[in-house]
Amino acid sequence: MASDDIWILGITMTKFGKHPEKDTVDLAAEAAMGALADADVNMGDMGVLAAGNLMSAAAGIGQQLQKQIGQTGIPVYNVANACATGATALRTAIMAVKAGECDMGLAVGVEKLAGAGLLAGGSKKDDADTWSPRGRFGAVAPLDGRVGTDTMPGVFAQIGMEYGHRYGGATFDLFARISEKNHAHSTLNPLAAYTKKMSVDEIMGDLMIAYPNTRPMCSANCDGAAAAVVVSGERLATLSGEQRRRAVKVSASVLTTDPWQESCQVLPDVNTLTRNAARQAYEQAGVGPEDLDLVELHDCFATAELVHYDNLMLCPEGGAVDFFESGATWRDGSTPVNVSGGLESKGHPIAATGIANIWEICHHLRGEAGDRQIEGAKVGLAHVIGLGSACGVHILEKAA
Amino acid sequence: MSDYEIMASPIPPQIPLVEYLALEPEPHLVAHECTACGARFFDRRNACAACFAAEFRDVDVATTGELRSFTIVSFAAPGVPVPFVAALVDCDGTSVRGNLVNTEPDPDHVTLGMKVKLATFPIGTDSAGTEAIGYGFEPAA
Repeated sequence: MASDDIWILGITMTKFGKHPEKDTVDLAAEAAMGALADADVNMGDMGVLAAGNLMSAAAGIGQQLQKQIGQTGIPVYNVANACATGATALRTAIMAVKAGECDMGLAVGVEKLAGAGLLAGGSKKDDADTWSPRGRFGAVAPLDGRVGTDTMPGVFAQIGMEYGHRYGGATFDLFARISEKNHAHSTLNPLAAYTKKMSVDEIMGDLMIAYPNTRPMCSANCDGAAAAVVVSGERLATLSGEQRRRAVKVSASVLTTDPWQESCQVLPDVNTLTRNAARQAYEQAGVGPEDLDLVELHDCFATAELVHYDNLMLCPEGGAVDFFESGATWRDGSTPVNVSGGLESKGHPIAATGIANIWEICHHLRGEAGDRQIEGAKVGLAHVIGLGSACGVHILEKAA
Repeated sequence: MSDYEIMASPIPPQIPLVEYLALEPEPHLVAHECTACGARFFDRRNACAACFAAEFRDVDVATTGELRSFTIVSFAAPGVPVPFVAALVDCDGTSVRGNLVNTEPDPDHVTLGMKVKLATFPIGTDSAGTEAIGYGFEPAA
């Protein structure tokens, strides 16, 4: 282990689902203490804390968490980066360690989202009594529903349909079968919010939200938290054999934003920044898509999963439909994708997601994934995207 | 309103739903185009997001296009009537966001790649009698 490598020393996620008896601080504390215990260290070892909670981004979850589990005076970075908040928190801790400011850090992401409906769209204000232009478009009335849609299911539906327009084959049925896979995978994940297998007919016949996304094809709003302890290679070398054996190498940690594209002002471009992040990550890690034993990607909607097969270069450009049809992304396929159940079934407590997906990868690389273990997993990739946009990609490798 | 005023203005005054919709002489959309690289924006920018140049000119956007993507929204925020078709239209190289109107909002009537044209319609009249005009796209026969 080279001294400038970064490693995950400990990592955990809470059960995703409904936690009416716990607030965000309780959940963050549960995850943080779990990660510290998993790493066999304590708050006194931490040199930095990066914390994310998107829906209450101004509340200072990091400092609240310190008061719950240990106030040591270390720097806290409260981060908010849409659905990439968790990955951003992790990467913030990684950057601090990489910069040499400390040799160990803690990253936490937490969200309370159970029962939340649409997270965007609509307007609290009624139409005015007299028309007067407002906002950046000089609009005289709310635009959601009058000029396209602001809702996430609708935006991501268009992203999937656009891929279909470009390359063909992206049918309602295909998207439903992607969702079928993730719901089937979740039956093996005791921490998933939903663990019910669903047939394609059930998925297609469920409540239509934004064609072609029905309700089970949308990420599940739920409560949850995840946390990770990162450590420098130099410090890891001084730790116990058991700590070194279970440590997972962060071979790549990348964050990108969306570069300008012609249509990005009318439909967010989630493709280019993901492709850029993947390219950088493969280069940093010195691995290629063909080396990946499993992938956790941001299936916030079934329509999103399809385009990210292509964006992460798991398949040839334009080949995502054929790639899925080949069975490659099922857990017994050549590139298992979202064996956790993904956001559609495991759930999507926003700020927790970007650390929980890394926990999933680590769980397999450590050989601790139980019934859903991908046998012999050595390399995995975790991807999140936050609309606006931010994309986090991490590549993780089993300790040699 | 007196009889005289009604006779003097048989057509109620109109205001476009958004500033980038021009109603005269025929309804069309207007974009701010970067004079350096040609990137187009419907809202105001301080500098071009593509090339950072800071000069723009107003240009008319083609009123016909092709449906590049769509979704049929069946579930929306309270007060937003559903279902409706939200669409991404390629208007001769400029991507435009708008609803697909004057067609049934179901997958049998909406197909990727279909030719469409700009359509305008009243969305309501305010207390001063001004009619707001919205826009969308309809199938081009």
